[in-house]
Amino acid sequence: MKSAVIVFPGSNCDRDMAVALEKITGQKPVMVWHQEYDFPEVDFIALPGGFSYGDYLRCGAMSARSHVMKEVIKRANAGVPTLGVCNGFQILTEAGLLPGALMRNANLHFVCRDVEMTVENGDSMFTRNYEAGTTVTIPVAHHDGNYFADADTLDRLEGEGQVAFRYNDDVNGAQRRIAGILNEKGNVLGMMPHPERMIEPALGGTDGRVLFESVLHTLG
Amino acid sequence: MKARIHITLKNGVLDPQGKAIEHALGNMGFGGVDAARQGKYIELDLQHSDRAKAEAEVDEMCKKLLANTVIENYSIELE
Repeated sequence: MKSAVIVFPGSNCDRDMAVALEKITGQKPVMVWHQEYDFPEVDFIALPGGFSYGDYLRCGAMSARSHVMKEVIKRANAGVPTLGVCNGFQILTEAGLLPGALMRNANLHFVCRDVEMTVENGDSMFTRNYEAGTTVTIPVAHHDGNYFADADTLDRLEGEGQVAFRYNDDVNGAQRRIAGILNEKGNVLGMMPHPERMIEPALGGTDGRVLFESVLHTLG
Repeated sequence: MKARIHITLKNGVLDPQGKAIEHALGNMGFGGVDAARQGKYIELDLQHSDRAKAEAEVDEMCKKLLANTVIENYSIELE
């Protein structure tokens, strides 16, 4: 499985993502700088966490309008599996690839700890190796992870199985405790928790590894 | 021409920073504040001399970048 990690100025989880992808897929991902207009054909695109463009204007707002994102949007719309973690999730919403927005945590605290969440949809290409209803433990590290969408959008997300992960307890004020959502086609996933930080026992667990294995399983 | 843009959170969208400001004002002894909402102010110097064109373009800028219309409203003043 060939993968790409998109790197923005201020990304800081790009190397963690690259290490996770290489360990799990056996292939080194291509690292793509945000000023590129094009990049090699890949089976999987990852938008990593961090504080791209210093979170200027809104988290992910600048990155979502960068050159490389025009290509990412084109490929994601054409069906290429695309994962956005943390700042990557914020970028996906700002780019219009996922509905809603990520706002400042309701209690204003930066939250950095392992959290428990439930796998709500165990059928997607990102979650098929989990069992729906299972609790997994994955770390979060964010200031702006408070997921917001209007009630109609939330109902639609729930109804269509687009809520991939839900926090077991309130972490950041997110509407309906949403931790991660899929697009309609199911090939784009945005999530605040960091699966790339939970890929081997030495890191505290392997609950995140399963996500990448699901994609690998799907793509063969 | 100058464009002055105010960006505010929509009604019903929780504004935790506004809430913190409201509490701080209360703690400081300013008793008369029922609510505080925090927003953004952006000023643009435009080359346009045609007001209608400028307004249409700034509106486009707001929709495409300056505001996130999922959570924010904006208003534009031209001068």
